[in-house]
Amino acid sequence: MAKWTEKDPIVLIKDVHKYFGDLQVLKGVSMEVMKGEVVCIIGPSGSGKSTLIRCVNALNDIQGGVIKVRGIDLTDPKLDKLALRRRVGMVFQQYNLFPHKTAIENIMMAPMLVLKEKEEDVRQHARQLMKKVRLEDKENAYPGELSGGQQQRVAIARSLAMSPDVMLFDEVTAALDPETVKEVLVTIKDLAQEGMTCILVTHEMGFAREIADHIYFTDNGVIVEHGSPKTFFDDAKDPRTKEFLSQIL
Amino acid sequence: MAANKTRRAIPGIGSASLTDLPVLHPVTRRMDGPTTTQWLAGLPWWTALLLMAPLLLWPFYVQAASKFTVMTAFGTLGKWIPFLFISGFLFNILISMFAMLFGTLAGAALGLGQVSKFGVIRRPAWFITQLFRNSPWLVILFIVLLALPFEIVVFGYIISIPDWMKAVFGLSLPIMANISEIVRGAVQSVPTAQWEASESLAFTRRQTMWRIILPQCFKRMIPSWMNWYAILTMATPLCSLLGVEEIITLSRQAMEAENNHPELLVPFYSFALALFFIYCYPIARITIALERRHAVKL
Repeated sequence: MAKWTEKDPIVLIKDVHKYFGDLQVLKGVSMEVMKGEVVCIIGPSGSGKSTLIRCVNALNDIQGGVIKVRGIDLTDPKLDKLALRRRVGMVFQQYNLFPHKTAIENIMMAPMLVLKEKEEDVRQHARQLMKKVRLEDKENAYPGELSGGQQQRVAIARSLAMSPDVMLFDEVTAALDPETVKEVLVTIKDLAQEGMTCILVTHEMGFAREIADHIYFTDNGVIVEHGSPKTFFDDAKDPRTKEFLSQIL
Repeated sequence: MAANKTRRAIPGIGSASLTDLPVLHPVTRRMDGPTTTQWLAGLPWWTALLLMAPLLLWPFYVQAASKFTVMTAFGTLGKWIPFLFISGFLFNILISMFAMLFGTLAGAALGLGQVSKFGVIRRPAWFITQLFRNSPWLVILFIVLLALPFEIVVFGYIISIPDWMKAVFGLSLPIMANISEIVRGAVQSVPTAQWEASESLAFTRRQTMWRIILPQCFKRMIPSWMNWYAILTMATPLCSLLGVEEIITLSRQAMEAENNHPELLVPFYSFALALFFIYCYPIARITIALERRHAVKL
């Protein structure tokens, strides 16, 4: 493939098949995400949404099809996973902060250890990020001293510290108290408005409708339906989508 | 990361967590079952006095039974106490410390080998661990004593290996195997989510291990590590079977020097017993206290 340009999809997923042992989780999934787009993946649990985005930063490998991130072919046996992961940030449902490090240390670790940047530059950048996620007063708090919403915002800042091209969000509000969900969603919305490419697996329908450029609905390892939020929510064609939406909305 | 030099207790690791939101999943499974240390620490402090009781009461019995008087029995032991303590017991402690040092270093390496992603490292590490973990210590000691040469030649120099050095080596082998299991258990008790989080930040496996995983399990390993130190110390009298001049060997020699009066057996061995108790009991109590402190929800 020719060198990646801005006109090509930044994340290209083509006919991806994924097995866990004998269990086929993804059965030929394809999607294209352009730079700056916000894509939401929704669907019932066990439909393969999380597996799909975990494949995008090579936490899971795939058994068939192609995934390319900014032209980097993930199926290449010589794939440099570390180089890929520097470009792809990921935020998890359970935050997964490092409990023995303070908030700002959590953010600073990867740029210092992986990108070998100077500590002072990294600290300055980390402070900006803390401010961005509205936690500038929590710099020296340990994760155990923060609420779930605060931890999740630190986790977002931690991923942003690597200046990724794509951010993956794996049900990031699913473990949060209802009242802290909003503060995390606001942070993601800010990011999206700044032009960060985001792929979200979410159950927050209202949020998806508000920020997504494109919505994919997965069920049982396939993409059943996709389209703009408006057509998806108001004008769903597939009976499975309709049934899911009728249960959720 | 140098800005915050003064280390506070880390909630969830060094002290109780302030939030019950999950940072890590709670460690539900203890790393070991009931330990020797737990049993030892469960004893009341006056056990020491109880152990001393034969020491104090024996002479009265002896006096009633024979010509050996209270004063002679006390006097005989009293005469030997400085020698038994300094040349004997302190030597036991020295052996235990060396064996623990070597056992810990080798065990840490072996334990990391057990969690290696390379089978060629992992499988031998597992095998060595299981081999020495499940062998009687005395058998290991005998094999080491008989298999190791009493001197080695290095570049023309003859270096003799004293028996106590062999004993240190022999005792460090089972310690190595058990420390290896502690390291493996501690590393595997860190949730896999921590591995994934650092992987997704493009950390190498080595960075993940040293910067993320090991710092989190270090404190969890200390109680088990101390438990094995107490066990090891109590096992050092095994060396007397190899002729190492530690407290039991010396006690026997002292009694021989005192014409092998059978009346001396109980005072001399009770003295040794009391010394070990006085040394190991505080270790056991501290271990249990540490275990309680780290048994917080993570």
